[in-house]
Amino acid sequence: MNANKTLTHTNGADTDAGDLMSRRTFAKVLFGGVGLCYAGAIGYPIYRYLASPIERSMETTKVSEVTLPDAATLELGAAMMFKFGSKPAMLIHHKDDTWSAMEAVCTHLACTVQYQAEENRIYCACHGGVYDAKTGAAVSGPPPKGLKAFNVKVQDGTVTVSKV
Amino acid sequence: MAKLIASLYGWVDSRLGLEEMLKFAKKKTVPVHKHSFWYYWGGISLFFFIVQAFTGVLLLVYYRPGPDAYESVRQITYEIHFGWLIRSAHSWSANLMVASVFIHMFSVYFMKAYRAPREFGWWSGMLLLIITLLFGFSGYLLPMDELAYFATKVGLEIPNALPIIGEPMTNLFRGGLEVGELTVQRFFALHVVVMPALFLPILVFHLWLVQKHGNATIPSEAEKPKSEQKSIPFFPNFLMKDLAMWLIALNVMALFASLFPWDLGEVADPLKPAPTGIHPEWYFMSAFQVLKIMGSVFPGALGEGLGITIFTLGLVLWTLIPLYDGKHEKGRRARNATYFGLLALAILVITTIWGYMVL
Ligand code: HEM
Ligand code: FES
Repeated sequence: MNANKTLTHTNGADTDAGDLMSRRTFAKVLFGGVGLCYAGAIGYPIYRYLASPIERSMETTKVSEVTLPDAATLELGAAMMFKFGSKPAMLIHHKDDTWSAMEAVCTHLACTVQYQAEENRIYCACHGGVYDAKTGAAVSGPPPKGLKAFNVKVQDGTVTVSKV
Repeated sequence: MAKLIASLYGWVDSRLGLEEMLKFAKKKTVPVHKHSFWYYWGGISLFFFIVQAFTGVLLLVYYRPGPDAYESVRQITYEIHFGWLIRSAHSWSANLMVASVFIHMFSVYFMKAYRAPREFGWWSGMLLLIITLLFGFSGYLLPMDELAYFATKVGLEIPNALPIIGEPMTNLFRGGLEVGELTVQRFFALHVVVMPALFLPILVFHLWLVQKHGNATIPSEAEKPKSEQKSIPFFPNFLMKDLAMWLIALNVMALFASLFPWDLGEVADPLKPAPTGIHPEWYFMSAFQVLKIMGSVFPGALGEGLGITIFTLGLVLWTLIPLYDGKHEKGRRARNATYFGLLALAILVITTIWGYMVL
């Protein structure tokens, strides 16, 4: 009888302690959860707000074709710059009346490259990278690979540049 | 691990005196009595200021002063994700901040917390109130919509009416004879650089004083024997309650900002007549109405001059009240100060309501 009583008593104390623990954990989880909700409700709009222009420039990179109405008047052996999506690009009218177009962004550290007519090459002034004027392939210097090339179509005096 | 943290703490403590700071933070107590509720309003004002600084910096990411001002606020409101919410939060919190600062000031006044040794707390608080109002005035022009344009145009007529220095000073602030893109540009500089640079050191001084002297108890409470006066430590007990209030303030502000998004009017056009019912922000309504009344009683510049003089005189008396009622005594002076406070409050409330009624 006596032993039984003690047992019950101990049991009771145990459950009390257990309740207390779970209550404390519950409060912790509750506060943590509510805190997270607040952090999200404040953090998410701020993130979207700050990210707005990124989303916009992502939109512009989706461009797959650019029409250049007066590019056909480009002289032989000359180049012009234009914007393809959000990036600078280059159209070259070669001396043999062929055309090339490529992204004008150096594959080394993203400087904008230039066409050098005398040497008939594409040159990057930042660290002296050199690319082939016809294909955009890396020739010498630091660039690890060639420039991204585009397709060029000339029709009725209009030049259309599109993604490969 | 615990040992490592303890020794790291010891290292930092011996160099920065963290224990000393903690002792300073724990020193202050907050009296507990039936008017304790009013002790929260300084903290609430501080909270809204923090919201202002935070949302203000976010607005700075896209806002462009000068000729582009309206267009940039239009983009923030209609094109940038959640831009309307950031702008609405900044505007709502600005109004709530002005309201809290006013409530804080009047509660301090009626609790007679400006009495010795807290005079500098009162004076620095008055400066904070004035800068808060100037924050509001300079910020209001920045979107450059019709309302902003006319509110600023009219508002600047007030300093313009001051004798001798009025005109040249107003022209300097306006950046010319008319409100335009140059005005926006310099109000912008005032709003985001000059005012915060003035506000912050005064705020630190103000808070340091409160910490140093603790909250004043009300006179009726101070008469009781020390053993019957109850108080709780500021740190951490009252701070926890303060934070709970901040949470409420945040929720109220967020509710207003999202349910009643701040409006953007038509672009300001100097050739268009002012829209009917144009009026200043509510916290300038009283001054606006007093000037109007004075102007209708006394013709021309005399009325305006009288209005400004009365307001300035009232403000000076209000600021100097600790010098008149600075001792912890009951009596005629204490009662007069209370009556003066009630009178000021009544005039503010009545002229504000009057101003809205005759719109
Ligand atoms: C401390 C840093 C602060 C910064 C950096 C800041 C920045 C800005 C910026 C960039 C704007 C223009 C955007 C817009 O018009 O929506 C603006 C507008 C405004 N600001 Fe602030 N602000 C600050 C504090 C305050 C304070 C303390 C108040 C008032 C008590 C205030 C009241 C206003 C008001 C009323 C507007 C016009 C809102 C509107 O109609 O769009 N600002 N603020
Ligand atoms: S970035 Fe072009 S060579 Fe380095």
